[in-house]
Amino acid sequence: MIPAAFEYARASSVEEASKLLNKYGEDAKVLAGGHSLIPLMRLRLAQPTALVDINGIKELDHIKEDGNKLRIGALTRHVTIQSSSVVKGKLPLLAEVAGEVGDNQVRNMGTMGGVIAHADAAGDYPTLALMLDADIVTNQRTIPAHDFFKDLFTTALGPDEIVTEVVFPVANGPHKYVKFRRRLFDWAIVGVAAQKMNGGWRIGLTNVGVTPVRANAVEEALKKGAKPEEAAEHASDGLDPAGDLRASPEYKKHLARVLTKRAIQQAQGT
Amino acid sequence: MAVSQLVGARVKRREDPRLVTGHGHFTDDFTRVGVAHVAFVRSPHPHALIKKIEVTEASKADGVVAVYTARDFKGQLAGTLPALPVFVAVKKYVPEHFPIAEREACYQGEIVAVVVAETKAQAADGANMVDVDYEPLPAVINVEKAAQPNSDKVHIDAADNICWDLPFAGNEVSEAAFKSAEVVVKERIHQQRLTPTPMETRGVLADYEAYDKRLTMWMSTQNPHFIRLFVSGAMGLQESLVRVISADVGGGFGSKISPYPEDYLVPAVSRLLGRPVKWIESRTESVQNAYAGRGQYYDVEVAAKKDGTLLGMRVTQYLDVGAYCAPFSAFQTVACLMAGGAYKWQGISSRTVGVLTNKVPTDPYRGAGRPEATHLVERMVDLVAREIGMDPVAIRRKNFIQPKDFPFTQNFGLVVDSGDYEKTLNRALELAGYDQLRKQQVEGRKHGKYMGIGLSTWIELCGFGPSSATAPATGGIALSEAAQVRVMPTGSVIVYTGTHAHGQGHETTFSQIVADTLGVPMESVDLRHGDTGEGTAMGYGTAGSRSLSVGGVAISRASGKVVDKARKLAAHILEAAEEDVVFDQGKFHVKGSPDKSKTFGEVAFAAYGAGLPEGMEQGLEAVAYFDPPNLVWPFGAHVCVVEVDPETGAVEIQKYVAVDDCGNIINPTIVEGQIHGGVTQGIGQALFEEMIYDEESGQLKTGTLIDYSVPTANEIPNLITDNTVTPSPTNELGVKGIGEAGTIAASAAVINAISDALTPLGIKHVDMPASPNRLWAQIKEARK
Ligand SMILES: Cc1cc2nc3c(=O)[nH]c(=O)nc-3n(C[C@H](O)[C@H](O)[C@H](O)COP(=O)(O)OP(=O)(O)OC[C@H]3O[C@@H](n4cnc5c(N)ncnc54)[C@H](O)[C@@H]3O)c2cc1C
Repeated sequence: MIPAAFEYARASSVEEASKLLNKYGEDAKVLAGGHSLIPLMRLRLAQPTALVDINGIKELDHIKEDGNKLRIGALTRHVTIQSSSVVKGKLPLLAEVAGEVGDNQVRNMGTMGGVIAHADAAGDYPTLALMLDADIVTNQRTIPAHDFFKDLFTTALGPDEIVTEVVFPVANGPHKYVKFRRRLFDWAIVGVAAQKMNGGWRIGLTNVGVTPVRANAVEEALKKGAKPEEAAEHASDGLDPAGDLRASPEYKKHLARVLTKRAIQQAQGT
Repeated sequence: MAVSQLVGARVKRREDPRLVTGHGHFTDDFTRVGVAHVAFVRSPHPHALIKKIEVTEASKADGVVAVYTARDFKGQLAGTLPALPVFVAVKKYVPEHFPIAEREACYQGEIVAVVVAETKAQAADGANMVDVDYEPLPAVINVEKAAQPNSDKVHIDAADNICWDLPFAGNEVSEAAFKSAEVVVKERIHQQRLTPTPMETRGVLADYEAYDKRLTMWMSTQNPHFIRLFVSGAMGLQESLVRVISADVGGGFGSKISPYPEDYLVPAVSRLLGRPVKWIESRTESVQNAYAGRGQYYDVEVAAKKDGTLLGMRVTQYLDVGAYCAPFSAFQTVACLMAGGAYKWQGISSRTVGVLTNKVPTDPYRGAGRPEATHLVERMVDLVAREIGMDPVAIRRKNFIQPKDFPFTQNFGLVVDSGDYEKTLNRALELAGYDQLRKQQVEGRKHGKYMGIGLSTWIELCGFGPSSATAPATGGIALSEAAQVRVMPTGSVIVYTGTHAHGQGHETTFSQIVADTLGVPMESVDLRHGDTGEGTAMGYGTAGSRSLSVGGVAISRASGKVVDKARKLAAHILEAAEEDVVFDQGKFHVKGSPDKSKTFGEVAFAAYGAGLPEGMEQGLEAVAYFDPPNLVWPFGAHVCVVEVDPETGAVEIQKYVAVDDCGNIINPTIVEGQIHGGVTQGIGQALFEEMIYDEESGQLKTGTLIDYSVPTANEIPNLITDNTVTPSPTNELGVKGIGEAGTIAASAAVINAISDALTPLGIKHVDMPASPNRLWAQIKEARK
């Protein structure tokens, strides 16, 4: 399929990108790895009037330790995150998750900022960002993750706002991401992340609602000393997922419980 | 005869260096000076009346050269898309199928207008600007409902939606026999719709030259000569002036056998415009509009004795024809004739009902009819075994057609040429470690493990086919095969075949046969196919695992004719009687004096020179047509071991063993490759793939390869393969087909394994694809 016609410009700095976005107006889009945007354009489900390519902005491609924070540049590719020794040491859960995104082709191109900005309900990083209280840094402000994901494919970003960094806390205790899918490169039918942190557990769920979900009730139960299998029963509390071709709402809720149990148990083994 | 050196050897595929380095020649690699690009406007509705088509805006768009609707093709293309007259006498209703809809669109994706522009992008933009006013009509999607007399109609003018309804006369089991049987097992077995997803989508580049009334088409097809026949007919062109070129073909799986609407429209546009035009199918078009596979369900009943003796079967096939009867659609009814599988039955009665729906037509897809037959009979035999508490191995052994029974006339009068079913089964069980697996299963069940073992002792018929059977079914064309072998003066060889590879490796296998027969190195043999402008007058393409057992034999015979002539000439040169000349290892010599010899190349050179024997013409080439006396009957035994996660419904294939028998093997590597690909597609059907349509709106919901799950290498276990060799008596090479075997066998093995795994829950049967959500729901239901 062939996208509708569009303007194209390549930016070499965030300022320039911002200017270009202003110039082209509301229907312009940032182009990062292109692995969500271009498929939509080819199906003409997205018809931006202009693309501002940020792939030339070198400063957006970085992984930095910053005290008890880990700063991931928006243009950092999944493959870089997956194989980074810094990430493996400071936030191994993130490296694990990056290695589970799509297939090699997707991981070679797709970016941290792209996943966060695209906000697909089945995106994997948003779950981590939410449950770990990450900050999304843009060219204009810093947005806490819990204020960032608003709805399906909808975030707090303004039309001319560019994600520059995602700032995660350092956490290298027991952790696990259990991603349930039919084919290795498929998006999650349901995914569950578990991270031991500051003496408590953080539990996040992927693709069980329009935005990522933090399983507060499970975290609470664990805090009160519940066993993983008991706590996991609360994973579907309050969920109202939409069904799709791969899973009914019932099945998704069931998977949320089963995978939460497994994620905690397997994390305990790490 | 030369001592066999290459035949049987693991020769590496000659075509692979070209293909894996990106140097193949696929349709989109060809172009012409001045080419214009075609985009099709397709109905977004599965069923709608076309009230008005507004083309003004599109016609004025940048780069747009022309916009055409149905009326423009009325004088260009005659009649209706062919539906081969298989069972024509009993077909009730075959809807007319003009390649472009005028009044009524009957499936999502049916073409309603054609936009031609200078670039591909301009054509796509222009197509978006064509404004079609549709009046949506109810979409008929569900096959069972479509078959009811009070159903909405797929075509508004039709009396009903029944395309055909006919019984096959086997030796039937009486009602009384069924009534008095000790065990009767019934099941409804679904065969979901599949889309073939070849790596290379279809495409046509057409160049019509008006002065000579000459048409050249470059396209991706399994069947260039058929396309030439049909397109020349529809366009009123001389068959000899139409040339169809199909170089490398990136997969077909049956979906590139039949001609499609675009195959008529693109050359017609070239004639209308007087310019070469090109259309390359997008992936979206391919997923939506490639003729689909399967799309059937079966109501089956089996009667048996408590000791496991199979008595009788009654089976009705309901086949989702789609909106039109695709050219080879009716071939899929062969499932009814093959329903008995590898077993002896007192009687089988079968009936097929072809039902129209508002969906893209179905047509043969890898195995076409035989995977369906295998799936149903292998499932039913397992269900009987379960009912009487017999091991699935034991019930199979008890009912197999035995080696001494061949040639065996089965219930529908087909003659199974050869077989040794127990031999493949024994080998497969040995490789799988069957007895050990059963012990592990008993042990595992104590610990809540849902491990299952599934068998598929499949047989099939292929190698189409005897003229006596095929000509009546196609309307007069016998699926024999032609070959031409031409030897150049310096001894290198060109071989033309009417078959056409789309991944099968014919350049390798066929060259092995020729090299051995002529005693020349394989490198000096060039195999050519896929161009109707060269070689034999007719060819019948590659489908139904026919290429080797029909086309390969024709090549072998043409090579033999060449050797015969060369021997005559060699005798003349060696001044010996012809019967005293020996041909060995590429050299002719007189019996008893091997040191005085002439190489094949020397004789070839002489054949173009002076001093030939009295009455011999110059040259060294031969044509042969092979009309096989029967079909060939491959068989095998597959064993699949799965574990089902009872909490999530996920299936893991832990082991897969395939032992197959395709008679003599020309190249073991190629046989393995065919099995690997075939089994993968069978696993794809069993676990992953399904075209899902919304029952209300009729929209295809699995329109991309994210939603339509084709498995990748990640999802397929390492296969353990082996072969037994039972040469076919049907041809002198002793070969049978292997292209479809894996697909024919695999879905039954996988589903039998899953059903076996879930036995402790009382689950007897699972539908395809056995996706985790489906299994989870079924497990949950069973636990209630
Ligand atoms: C086959 C396949 C499988 C996949 N599987 C998964 C999976 O399992 N899990 C998963 O999480 N993802 C998956 N993806 C998506 C992949 O990770 C994408 O790359 C990602 O969603 C988008 O990142 P990108 O860099 O490609 O962004 P693009 O496609 O370039 O952009 C996506 C959107 O984000 C906007 N955008 C991008 N960068 C910025 C920025 N810095 N600031 C503001 N806006 C920005 C764009 O304007 C666009 O709207 C898959 C993709 C494919 C094709």
